Amino acid sequence: MLKIINGEVYDPLNGINGGIKEICIRDGKIVDEVPNTAKIIDASNLVVMPGGIDIHSHISGLKVNAGRGLRPEDHRRMVIPKTRITRSGTGYTIPSTFATGYLYTKLGYTTVMEAAVPPIGARHTHEELNDTPMIDKGCYIVLGNNEFILRYLQKGEYEKARDYTAWLLNATKGYAIKIVNPGGVENWKYGQDVSGLDDKVNHFDVTPRQILTALAQINQDLHLPHGVHIHCNNLGVPGNYRTTLETLHALEGKRVHLTHVQFHSYGGENWSGFASKAPEIAEYLNQHPHATIDVGQIIFGDTTTMTADGPWQYRLHKISEKKWYNSDVELESGCGIVPYVYKEKNFVNAIQWAIGLELFLLIKNPWQVFMSTDHPNGGPFIFYPYIIRLLMDKNFRDEMTKRVHKRVLKDTVLPHITREYSLYEIAIITRAGPAKALGLTHKGHLGVGADADIVLYPKLENKEEMFERPVYVLKEGEVILQEGQILKDWTGKTIFVELPENKAFQNEIRDDFEKYYTVEFSNYPTGLETFARYESVKVSI
Amino acid sequence: MEKISDVTCLFCGVTCDDLEVFVEGDTIKEVKNACILGKATFMNHKADVAIPRIKGKETSIEACIEASAEILSQSHFPLIYGLASTECNAQRKAIELADLIGASIDTTSSVCHSPSLQAIQTVGDSTCTLGEIKNRADLLVFWGCNPAEAHPRHFTRYSVTPKGYFVPRGKKDRQVILVDVRKTPSAKAADQFIQIRPGSDYEVLTAMRALLKGEELEVEEVGGVPISTLKSLLEKLKTCKFGSIHWGMGLTMSRGKHMNVMALLLLARDLNRFTKVVASPMRGHGNVVGIATVLTWQTGYPFAVNLSRGFPQYNPGEFSSVDLLARREADAALIIAADAFANFPRAAAEHLSRIPTIAIDAKESMTTKIATVVIPTAQAGISAPGLAYRMDHIPIPVKKVVDSPYPSDQEVLKRIIEKVRSKLQNRV
Repeated sequence: MLKIINGEVYDPLNGINGGIKEICIRDGKIVDEVPNTAKIIDASNLVVMPGGIDIHSHISGLKVNAGRGLRPEDHRRMVIPKTRITRSGTGYTIPSTFATGYLYTKLGYTTVMEAAVPPIGARHTHEELNDTPMIDKGCYIVLGNNEFILRYLQKGEYEKARDYTAWLLNATKGYAIKIVNPGGVENWKYGQDVSGLDDKVNHFDVTPRQILTALAQINQDLHLPHGVHIHCNNLGVPGNYRTTLETLHALEGKRVHLTHVQFHSYGGENWSGFASKAPEIAEYLNQHPHATIDVGQIIFGDTTTMTADGPWQYRLHKISEKKWYNSDVELESGCGIVPYVYKEKNFVNAIQWAIGLELFLLIKNPWQVFMSTDHPNGGPFIFYPYIIRLLMDKNFRDEMTKRVHKRVLKDTVLPHITREYSLYEIAIITRAGPAKALGLTHKGHLGVGADADIVLYPKLENKEEMFERPVYVLKEGEVILQEGQILKDWTGKTIFVELPENKAFQNEIRDDFEKYYTVEFSNYPTGLETFARYESVKVSI
Repeated sequence: MEKISDVTCLFCGVTCDDLEVFVEGDTIKEVKNACILGKATFMNHKADVAIPRIKGKETSIEACIEASAEILSQSHFPLIYGLASTECNAQRKAIELADLIGASIDTTSSVCHSPSLQAIQTVGDSTCTLGEIKNRADLLVFWGCNPAEAHPRHFTRYSVTPKGYFVPRGKKDRQVILVDVRKTPSAKAADQFIQIRPGSDYEVLTAMRALLKGEELEVEEVGGVPISTLKSLLEKLKTCKFGSIHWGMGLTMSRGKHMNVMALLLLARDLNRFTKVVASPMRGHGNVVGIATVLTWQTGYPFAVNLSRGFPQYNPGEFSSVDLLARREADAALIIAADAFANFPRAAAEHLSRIPTIAIDAKESMTTKIATVVIPTAQAGISAPGLAYRMDHIPIPVKKVVDSPYPSDQEVLKRIIEKVRSKLQNRV
């Protein structure tokens, strides 16, 4: 039992904005009161928030590990020595599993969602997540180029697509439906892409629009806790903001989350005309509360880009002339990895940087826009405190704006935005908002019944320093970090949905499965014995 | 007799998971669907089982674990090596032990496909899972590898004969080309065999890249292959819909090593300007891809990892086992599920017999013969369940089909870790 007293509490889901409030903890949960014998943490001069929740990060899986394998030169830039409690590891842009858990904890993050898992790699993802300590975690299953789905849609068999999805989420122990460049990744398997929502997908006679609307409908019909999580077509391409807006239009009325929207808010017809269309995207979101986004802010410096969007990564390899890794995944997805350096004085990179900030600052409702760097695509997650400072400190932002390529001053609205985020708003975009969008009702807040995942930050003027130096991090009520030192090698839970299934339909899946896959049907699902700890979210239809 | 279905075979990187194993008590009576190598692995599960011993004297497993913990906790520069013929949970434990004692940890890739890993680290790779090849490949090139003998079911499960979604007629929809220095039994499956001069892979591949770029070469042949043959091979690669190139130890363990593989990877990459071409290493004795995978997620590096400074460092040549041993740097060795002594060059093998060496293995081997401590274990994939990785990095669950009197590799390593930990704590 534990009581945190005298802390300045930011708990947006319960409307608490900086008031001094006691937080009582028993058996890993937040409770109304605890006896006087409870241990006390005095949080005077500290800010108390729920643990951070990352709604979109690439921390585990076939692609992430291929990225680690591709970049030995990256790991030398950050080594993490073992301690008596913790394991050793390496960073920098694709940290090893243990390091990932420790680094997130050192920022006060307690739950992280792995954003793109091809179903056949789900077992691998979960095995890696077992070796990712400290945090709770879950994963999104990529479906936008799944050939079962494409075939069902081609034949107009919506119900089968829905039942297949339910079976697949159960089999892979996924948390949400992810779509990556719908149709484009399928076409990439013969070296092509799609250029918009109404292009045809080779051999399947369906369009990205049909895939998007069907999966959004399935998401709705299965009552999944999170909206359908979408990486739009045409990522990275000048002029792609039109595709992004079309996607949002096509899914009006559905629960949708668009991810790393910075990479999808570009104007111009070619690279020389590259421009920010963040104001247009923000304007749409300000009118349409059905959608949430995460930003995918870029961080200047070296990083490793990785995505299921194979065709884009090939283009990026040709642009950057860096080494290129590609691995297409049978019947399901793709994967491309390219190292990349974002440069302050490169005008495209500088405008990308500005676009991310414009999205944060121009979208009025903080419950619609969440913190992300699309780790590690825009940059490593360890830079979240730097982004927080850019959002909370206009002077700091202006200094940076003057330092980067001059076209940011000239061609974007960023220099004219005076908004500064409050701590309350930061608490929304880094924990309360993602929890709400994910439907994680017991996370992201400090109300009675919530998981006692809590972080205490020092009250500092420099917000970057404040958010990179939590004084305490608690997981399920246990102090796992104090003054920067990890005190416990905590085993977090893996969270997944559990859906009712149409058992009879499994035989039909099995027939096609056995024809085209290379693993046995019975060896495909990930069983509960795989998990070190888990929490299943039962969903009824 | 009990029938167990969908059993995974850990013998090679094809990692077939469709075996049917018939057991009676603790004996395997029959195996179906396996190739000759897989079948032998299962049917001979009771042959050559190792005996627990210290300095040649038979003793209990417990005593062996205690002796191992003592050796490892006293060592200043221990080497942990092998880990191919075991499953991933044991591999996890081996890395945990290496982290604890500050060991160098290395895998059998070190003397096999590590040049492939280095080449991929240098230039990347355009590759895919095996099902993509099954469903799409209309052109297959096998270069410096001999699947018919080394990966027997590759042709029938993944590459040459299976009927795929976009190649519904199987072999009739595909062309198969074999490139090698000698005509191996794999040539029977090929439509064309191109024989190159030993040691000329780099030259031939680089010449092909030049030809692809439109350069004219002022020679009539390269590596014993007429330019016209290379041009026609390139034409096939450029005009296929989905070309799949597979390479083996013919590239990695001949002169040029990772440079040979790089040349092949760059050729495949260049071909993507014309059509879809992928390139994949024919990896895998046992679950060697598993140890590379787990080592990479835990440390960032796939082999030759040193933890003596308290964090992972990687440097083939400095931390690869053969080099460490030949320079006589390691002062103790733990060899797990691999036969180091039989496979290492003499100078390295000899050092193993000079220092305290611990062998954890289901079977007797050249290594167990020279080892100070021998700990027999339940054979992964037969008497110990777990996880394995196929050559294309697809994870496959591994079943246990019969009991063994011995603990698993994972269990033995766990107990060694516990003992080492308490010894190290007592010392402080």
